[in-house]
Order: sequence, then structure tokens, then C-alpha cells
Amino acid sequence: MLSVIRTIWNVFLHSFRRRVTIQYPDEKPYLTPRTRGRIVLSRDPDGGERCVACYLCAVVCPVDCIALQATEDEHGRRYPEFFRINFSRCIFCGLCEDACPTYAIQLTPDFEMSEYNRQNLVYEKEDLLINGPGKYPGYNFWRVSGVQISGKDKGEAENEAPPTDVYRLTP
Amino acid sequence: MTNLTEIAFFAAGAVAVIATVLAITRPVAVHALLYLIVSLLAVAVVFYTMGAPLVAALEVIIYAGAIVVLFVFVVMMLNLGVRTQETERKWLAGRAWIGPVILSALLLAEVIYLIVRAPVSAAMNSISTPKQIGLALFGPYLLGVELASMLLLGALVGACHLGRTSKSGREARQ
Amino acid sequence: MTTPHPIASIVGVLIVALSLSAFLIWVERRLLALWQDRYGPNRVGPFGLLQVLADMIKIFTKEDWIPPFADKPVFVIAPAIIMVTVLMSFAVLPVAPGIVVSDLNIGLLFFLGMSSLGVYSIVLAGWASGNKYSLLGGLRAAAQMISYEVFMGLSLMGVVLLAGTFDLTAIVEAQRGLWYVIPQFLGFVLFLIAGVAEARRLPFDLPEAEAELVAGFHSEYSGMKFGMFFVGEYLGITLISSMIAVLFLGGWNGPWLPPLVWFLIKVFAFLCFFILLRASLPRMRFDQLMSLGWKVMFPLALVNLLVTGAIVLAKR
Repeated sequence: MLSVIRTIWNVFLHSFRRRVTIQYPDEKPYLTPRTRGRIVLSRDPDGGERCVACYLCAVVCPVDCIALQATEDEHGRRYPEFFRINFSRCIFCGLCEDACPTYAIQLTPDFEMSEYNRQNLVYEKEDLLINGPGKYPGYNFWRVSGVQISGKDKGEAENEAPPTDVYRLTP
Repeated sequence: MTNLTEIAFFAAGAVAVIATVLAITRPVAVHALLYLIVSLLAVAVVFYTMGAPLVAALEVIIYAGAIVVLFVFVVMMLNLGVRTQETERKWLAGRAWIGPVILSALLLAEVIYLIVRAPVSAAMNSISTPKQIGLALFGPYLLGVELASMLLLGALVGACHLGRTSKSGREARQ
Repeated sequence: MTTPHPIASIVGVLIVALSLSAFLIWVERRLLALWQDRYGPNRVGPFGLLQVLADMIKIFTKEDWIPPFADKPVFVIAPAIIMVTVLMSFAVLPVAPGIVVSDLNIGLLFFLGMSSLGVYSIVLAGWASGNKYSLLGGLRAAAQMISYEVFMGLSLMGVVLLAGTFDLTAIVEAQRGLWYVIPQFLGFVLFLIAGVAEARRLPFDLPEAEAELVAGFHSEYSGMKFGMFFVGEYLGITLISSMIAVLFLGGWNGPWLPPLVWFLIKVFAFLCFFILLRASLPRMRFDQLMSLGWKVMFPLALVNLLVTGAIVLAKR
């Protein structure tokens, strides 16, 4: 009996507490930088696309919402010909971000993606691509990888020794 | 005003009679009970117009509000369907009617004779207050009240005994 | 103070009771939100006050569906019964000096009779829906309301003994010096608990029990028929709060302010208390409910009646 009265009194005391509701459209909630929201494709600091069209994101995606087609430019650098994410299917699990070897695909703290037409939720590459490096400002995949592209020969990458000349005998 | 009260009295009486007839004849038990409630309410109005508001209120509270609710409760639990209606029809066919009909016809004739002979408004407008009723119950009718209370006490003890689920009882049944 | 015309009283009480109970829907949602550290409906109109209007438009335009397995006439009558019985009870309620629709000399018994008839609405709704959950809700309602009615009536008899009448206006007049909540505190607590059970509010909302009976007796109701149960519930708690104010808190009696204002303040305080109960207490189990009623409340009500009677006799 006493506990009942105490419960009622404790609940009554909540009249004087701060309300925890954030009145969303008027008052935006704080989202941490690592919030998993809308997916973007980032560029490296030089302005080139980071995506190398390795298909890992499309493979790992549990709902199969990522579709892309790889191609190469004239210097042998791979990039996606098209890159399509169906956000009406996406569950924002972030597995694609984990799988990406080049930090190209990233999830951003933005969730306001309502559309009246379902078709508008299918984002093409030009919708996804942003003009910046996203969460990894200094990282440039092509500068650290050993692959030869235009302007960078084999062995010229950062922390990379020049390739061994197999025709010389000296060690 | 007396005229209006008389009209209300006869209207309520007519409602009571019709509702009672319907309560007997409805095939669905819950519908019959609904008419029984209407009939009890009409009787309460009759009491009220005859100047016995306390009896009217008690009629509503005890009969319409408690006893018939229990009837409805039991009927709901039984879940009477079409089959029970057929059995009932079979039971009430032919000869079974004759005896009750003759007896009730005799009673009806008696009631009609009494109504026709006696002046109708004899009992009207004699307001019975709660105090008068209380004095009557615990004065001249004390024996009846006490007997009824003993009977109810017996019923209560019996119900307690039947509804008892003690630990030992449960074990004994297993 | 001149007595208003009876028809004016009827219309006034009807309008105030119905709009108050509609307004209560908003009050309940806002207060529940307050006690759960939320905001509640605050979008439609100032402070969300027009939420009631929006809900009403919604409920009026919904499809009024009668399930094919239902017992149609009873199904239709059931929601009307609750509205009629509760609104009839408002007729004997003395709001302020002279403002009462019908000053019956058995007003209290009339209120008890009407509240006991209100059970039919729930029981018949549960039966007529032709649905197992609804039937269970109806059965629970029948058992619960009959049990709680018994000591509800008994808990009021202390007040009747002190005032010496069943007339509600006379009971209010008799409390001019001392409100009955002080000499009849036990009766007040018992009536409060019985009132919560009669209005089928948490923690006694067993007939509805969303969690186990999917809204119980009104699972099958939609549209305005559901709306009538909904408004009927709020009318019921308004009625119980008003009865508590009249019987135990001296009705319109109070210093400085006009009588009507005092009455409304008392009623509103109890309405808020009802909502606070809902916000804080969990639903009881059914056997707990029945044993609380018959093994605790009923003997207490009898003791209260006996002691009050003895004191009244000794004083004479």
C-alpha cells in the first residue's frame, strides 16, 4: 500500500522534470559524425574518384541495394561506369563502408530522405558523388597503392621501395 | 399532474407487460434477458409513479443492476447456440404446454378480476420514505428479514465452501 | 440566485459534460506525457488543443463496420447504453446552488442504479462482438463491476448516515461546516478505489487490457460506436470525480470563489488524479482484483458503516 502511494508521488514529481523530447522539425537533434545515414561516394584530396569499382560493397550488401559497373580510363585506372544505390532498400547497416578498401563509400549523418515518389529514392552516381574526402581527409588510395597509373609509376607510391630490377644480379 | 403520472403509470405498465412477453418468447437467451431488464426498469418506473422512489431505486440497483447481470454472465459462459434452441423447441412441443397454460390462465383471470373490482389509484401517491421502509423492515417484518439473512448467510458459506481452492484440496483432487 | 429553467439546465449540463469529456482526451494525453517527460500532442492549434477536433473528424469519417459474426441489434445498442446511463447520472448532479437538472430525493440511489446499469453496455458489447477476447473482456467487466459496486454503495452509506438523506443537494448543504472527507476518510478512500474500478480505469482496466485482450470488449468496434465507448469512459471518470467532489469534498462549498468555480476546481483535481493513477500504477491481475474487492475493500466498507452508525447513534 505504501509502495503504491510512493509510486504515485514519484510519478507526480516528474511534473517538474525537464522533458527529454527533442521537437524534431523545429529543433534538430545532434547526430554524431559516425551516424549511419545517407551513403556518399567521396573523392581523394586530389579530386579524383576514390572508388575503384571492386564490387566488394555490392557483394557485402545484405539487401543487394548497390549496383555498379566497373570500367577503366585510358591510363588503366579503374572507376565505376555507373553506381546506383536503391535507398528504398538500404538498411543503413554500414557493411559497405567496412568493406570498402579505398574509403570511397561512406555513411553520413543525414537521414532526411523522404520522397513522394519511390523512384526518386534510387540514387545514381552523380547524386552520390561528393566533392570532398569525407571522413578521411588526407587519405589517397592511389598514392599508397602499388598500382601504376598516369603520373605515378611503379615504386613511386608513399612508403614504397622501387621495384627490383630482375635483370641485375646485385641484391 | 396526477393525470400525467397516471399516463406514465399505465405506459410503464404496458411496457412491462410487453417486455415480459417478449422476454419469454425470444429464442436467443441474451435477447430475452435484455427484455427482462426492460421489464424490470418499467416496473421500477411503476413503483416510482406509485410514490415509492426508494423501492424503484432498489429495483434498478438490485434486480436490473446485479441479479440480471449475473444471468447475462451465466448465459454468456454457456454459449447457447442453435442446437439448444432446437432442444428447447422439442421439449416445449405439444402436451407439455397444457398444464402450465391452464394454471396460468386461472391466475390471469384472478388478477383481471381483482384489477377490475378494486379502485386503481388506491395505492397511488402514498410516498414511502427510506425511514418508513427501514422501520417497516426492522419492525413488523423483522422475522422475515432475519430469516432471509440467515438464508443468505447459508448460501454465502456454501458458495465459499464450493469455491474454496486450498492447497490440500488441490492435492486431494490430484 | 435565480434557478435556471430545467431545459436550460439540461442543455447546459449536457454541453458542459460532453465538451469536458472531449477536452479530457487532450488533458489526459498531455498529462501522461508530462509525467513521462514528454510533450504529448502540441501541434494542432495552440498547445495542441484542437487535437480533439482532429480526432473527432477522424472518428466520424471512419467506416462504421459491424462484423458479420456479431449479434447486430445488441452490438448497436451496447455503446448507446453506456452514454445514456452516464448522461442520466449527470441529471442528479448538483453543480452549484440551483444548477441541477432534477433534484431527486433519492439522487444518490439513482446514481448507483445508473452506474450498475452501465455494466450492461460492456457485458453486451463483449457478448455481441462474437469474439473470444471481447467475450473475456465482457466476463471480466461483469465480475469486476458487480463486486466493486457492492462496496461502492456501502462506502457511501457512511455519508448518508451523517447527512441523513439520499438527496445530493442536501448532502452538499450538510457539508457547509465540515467536508465529509475528514469524518469519512475511510469511506472516501474506498469510494475512490471503487470509482476507479467502476470507470474501468487503470489499474483496474481489466475488461480492456490492451496487452492481453486486445482492447477487450471494444475490439470489434470502429467509427463512432468506438467513439461512444471512448467518450463514455471519459464521461464516466468525470461523473465519478464529480460524485467524489459532491459527496466528500463539499461540492460547491468553499471560501471566496463562486460556487461553480469551486466545484469545477475539485472535479478537475480528481480528473488529474485519475490520470496520475494511470500514469503510475500497473494493471492488476484478475484474481488480485477480485480478492482485493471481496477480502479487503468489502470488510473495510462494512466496518466503516458500522463505526459510523455507532457514532451517529451515540451522539444522538
